[in-house]
Amino acid sequence: MWQEAWQYFLKNTDKILKWTVQHIYIIIVANVCAVIIGVTVGIFISGKGRERIAEMVIYFASIMMTIPSLALYGILMGILASLSLPSIGFLPVVIALTLYGLLPIIRNTYTAIREVDPDMIEAGRGMGMGETQILLKIKLPLAVPVIMAGMRQAIVMNIGIAAIGSYIGAGGLGQPIFRGIANYRTDLIAVGAVCVSLLAIIVDVVMGRLEWLTTPKGVRIRLRRKS
Amino acid sequence: MIRLENVYKTYPDGTEAVKDLNLEISKGEFCVFLGPSGCGKTTSMKMINRLISLTSGKIYVDDKDIMSFNPNELRRNIGYAIQNIGLFPHLTVWENIATVPMLKKWSKQKQLDRAEELLELVGMDPSVFMYRYPSELSGGQQQRVGVARSLGADPDILLMDEPFGAIDPITRSKLQDEFLKIQAKIKKTIAFVTHDIEEAIKMGDKIALMKAGRLVQYDDPATLLTYPKDEFVRNFVGADRVLKGLRLYKAKDVMKEPPVTVKIDEDPARVKKRMEESNTKWSMVTDEKDRFIGWIASDDIKGSKSIKEIYKPPTVTAGPDTPLNEALSMMINSTIGTLAILDEDGKMLGVLSFDIIRDMLGQEESEQQKETKASGEKS
Repeated sequence: MWQEAWQYFLKNTDKILKWTVQHIYIIIVANVCAVIIGVTVGIFISGKGRERIAEMVIYFASIMMTIPSLALYGILMGILASLSLPSIGFLPVVIALTLYGLLPIIRNTYTAIREVDPDMIEAGRGMGMGETQILLKIKLPLAVPVIMAGMRQAIVMNIGIAAIGSYIGAGGLGQPIFRGIANYRTDLIAVGAVCVSLLAIIVDVVMGRLEWLTTPKGVRIRLRRKS
Repeated sequence: MIRLENVYKTYPDGTEAVKDLNLEISKGEFCVFLGPSGCGKTTSMKMINRLISLTSGKIYVDDKDIMSFNPNELRRNIGYAIQNIGLFPHLTVWENIATVPMLKKWSKQKQLDRAEELLELVGMDPSVFMYRYPSELSGGQQQRVGVARSLGADPDILLMDEPFGAIDPITRSKLQDEFLKIQAKIKKTIAFVTHDIEEAIKMGDKIALMKAGRLVQYDDPATLLTYPKDEFVRNFVGADRVLKGLRLYKAKDVMKEPPVTVKIDEDPARVKKRMEESNTKWSMVTDEKDRFIGWIASDDIKGSKSIKEIYKPPTVTAGPDTPLNEALSMMINSTIGTLAILDEDGKMLGVLSFDIIRDMLGQEESEQQKETKASGEKS
């Protein structure tokens, strides 16, 4: 099987490359959306007196995660069709991945901002910082590494889920897997699976590095001391 | 100058944190808000820069109603330091210090110059510390940076909420001394919150003692210790208030001329006679240049032994600026029970004894009794 898979890989590098690019493209678009929405929502619900809303939003996002991806694609196809938007292919998959990516990003943004030391915020306010300045100069710089960790989680998870998107015609590295299942070709399944896993591992390593790079220098020192 | 007029703070749940507070802190004065936890001292302080809003009453800063300012503008012109410091861990030391200058949009060069100047003021070498991060500093250093940061844009008024509360006693005492020296230079108007009576006595020009939201007594430390207004104040300052009060006096304020001094080359027999006449057991011995070198006991003068052979060198001596509490503890430790006060060259300035301190306290006590008697008769 592995022999055949390797042969297939060598013969069809151009195809596999195309699928990989498709896959990455879907992931990037979906996660950019998830970050924009997730961070905004996370900042909003971390505001004073919004604990109830925060609870509800996070609860809702957690429920989102429990919906099986195939079912979610199905539901989205129905909704998109009724809005006369393209109901198969790229759009439903991107929307589904955006929804899946929200929970880790919202939750991490919320927690990171809420956990900024209240003494720092009090010091900032006492020295005459407005709420926006406190957010931009204190809360966000300190929250960025935690938000990055949420993004990392979301992206790695979505790489797997995106493979299923091939079933509704979005392309990507799910293609060889579904073809393999349909035609009893284990070599195709193996190629698809290995590529998806490799992609996930590489992205995880890159994101881990990015998480470190976005950690403010003064905080890095503290983390290093702790460990 | 800070003035509070009929200030009340009532929280929505009905808690009255501050009740009818009237108080004035003059320009350049160090005022300590003192009291047990929950007495409203922190609330009172935070109302000055509007971190907590007033329920009713007026607060004036330099004769201007604080409500006429934008709160952020007001706070940028009032220095603020808190117990847990709250340095920003993602910013360097200089960026932390330049927080308010940055908010006031000073030029970067001006911010850097100011940070450097302030680091020097708090006794930290700018070439070493400017670009460090808070996590690389010790607790005491962080606290110094916190103080420097509160002075960022050179405000006339400083609010300090137990700024030395979270550090070990030795460092705290050192920082207190340093801060007093800084204050002597910069002469800010300071509202300082603490629950530590020792700190209040040491630091404050005035102490505002509060209880359950009310101002109980507002006086300078000596008055507070000597004339506690009521039972609460008396208990709060403690049964050892007399001892605490000693800290406020310096040796030079109380010391007396020594009754008998002896030159090293004097004739022992004559010395003995002089000492017996004035009924002193111990005399101070000085050398040719009038420098104090030790003590001589009249009992030790026997036969033909010269003074040089029998005098005893001192175990401890004090300077003119030694606080009386320290002087007293030196005396308790020494065998003689009398303490020589010397200047830097070792020349004798005077002596302190238990009797001298007791007499001084006795005078104050009797004055106080007279006063309470007088006020008792009035009422």
